Amino acid sequence: MIEELLYSAPSYLSTLIFFALGAGLLMMVLGFVTYAILAERKVIGFMQLRVGPNRVGGPLGLLQTVADVLKLLLKEDTIPKAADRPLFILAPVIAFAPAFMVLAAIPFSESLRFSDLGIGLLYYIAISGISTVGILMGGWASNNKYALLGGMRSAAQMISYEVPLVMSVIGIILLTGSLNLVEIVEAQQNLAYLFVQPLAFFIFLIASVAELNRTPFDLPEAESELVAGYHVEYSGFRWAFFMLTEYVYLFAMASITTILFLGGWNPVPFLEFIPGVIWFAIKFSIIVFIMIWLRATLPRLRADQLMSFGWKVLLPLALLNIFISAVIKEIWF
Amino acid sequence: MELYHLYQNNYLVVLMFLLLGILLPAVALTAGKFLRPSKPNKEKQTTYESGIEPFHQSWVQYNVRYYIFALLFVIFDVETVFLYPWAVAYEKLGIFALIEMTIFIVMLLIGLIYAWKKKVLKWM
Repeated sequence: MIEELLYSAPSYLSTLIFFALGAGLLMMVLGFVTYAILAERKVIGFMQLRVGPNRVGGPLGLLQTVADVLKLLLKEDTIPKAADRPLFILAPVIAFAPAFMVLAAIPFSESLRFSDLGIGLLYYIAISGISTVGILMGGWASNNKYALLGGMRSAAQMISYEVPLVMSVIGIILLTGSLNLVEIVEAQQNLAYLFVQPLAFFIFLIASVAELNRTPFDLPEAESELVAGYHVEYSGFRWAFFMLTEYVYLFAMASITTILFLGGWNPVPFLEFIPGVIWFAIKFSIIVFIMIWLRATLPRLRADQLMSFGWKVLLPLALLNIFISAVIKEIWF
Repeated sequence: MELYHLYQNNYLVVLMFLLLGILLPAVALTAGKFLRPSKPNKEKQTTYESGIEPFHQSWVQYNVRYYIFALLFVIFDVETVFLYPWAVAYEKLGIFALIEMTIFIVMLLIGLIYAWKKKVLKWM
């Protein structure tokens, strides 16, 4: 259906349909965020021999996050007198909008996708870089020392790890010869790129955890030193949008990892009867679980370790990976 | 013609996603305005500084190190801009492009090693 729609002449009706489809995805993503937060708290709870949330909505705490969101909606919204008001208000929007925009390029299965961008991967990388501006803006506009430190650290970290992140996928582009995400998935019909590009996968995974500002790379919001980092001064629903941005990016990052390295909706041999969307969901959940697992396991790095790891280890490895992939392609293909 | 429509539609979708991304915060925050209390007072609106009276602005001159990292980022990000089309077209270009790209990457690597030796990559 979407195929036909994409190839027909654009009209007001099709614009409306795209809007409705986008709104549908938005609702789905909000549902994911609600339960990803709960899952994270539950999984970390179990890993630390606790039970996690268990009061609201049955023994599993199924309504805990829903209650949290409703509470946030009713919280007073304070903007400090000393803050730069317009930028303070604008920052969460600038952080959130690209987080949702990147999802336009992601195909969830052969039929469930929203666009067929020829430059899908480049689009993802280019748009996701904009969020850094939102975070830096939020940190600066707060006129708070903790927020400024957090915002600056965040920007430094995100740009440092963006370089290896972007370079690690070049091997995949080389082997596929396309930036189109659908074509990248189709190229993995026989063998997922995880097995062809293992080095790239590890660089990508580490760099994506750093891009998401999650433990062990959560220096921008290191509670023990910076209180809460760039969103110290944010309260109520404005703060919720920064949180939402982080989890929407988790969704996007896990999706793109699934597509690039785990073969997207391609089934495992002999299990072809299970539909593609389910395969995508399974692989996607594994990645999300790994992210939560990492958070429960690893301690936070120091700022100097973080920077030297990004520039002195990941970047040379990513460059090496490009070279190896090019040579492999030259010899075998 | 069909491909042209595909192209148009793709960016129409992107535009719709952008619109939704801006609409959600706008609508949620406007709707929240009617739900949440608003009782501002002087204490609430001071900047948080671990309980002590905040002193000075925090808009001060900042450590130059961040700026140097930003410069490094620009160099390597521009490099990727060149690497992406190279990777896409590699099949048609063949071994000659590989050698050329190796020279290009080695030059940038020399830059990285220079920065490394100058202790730019060392934090603090």
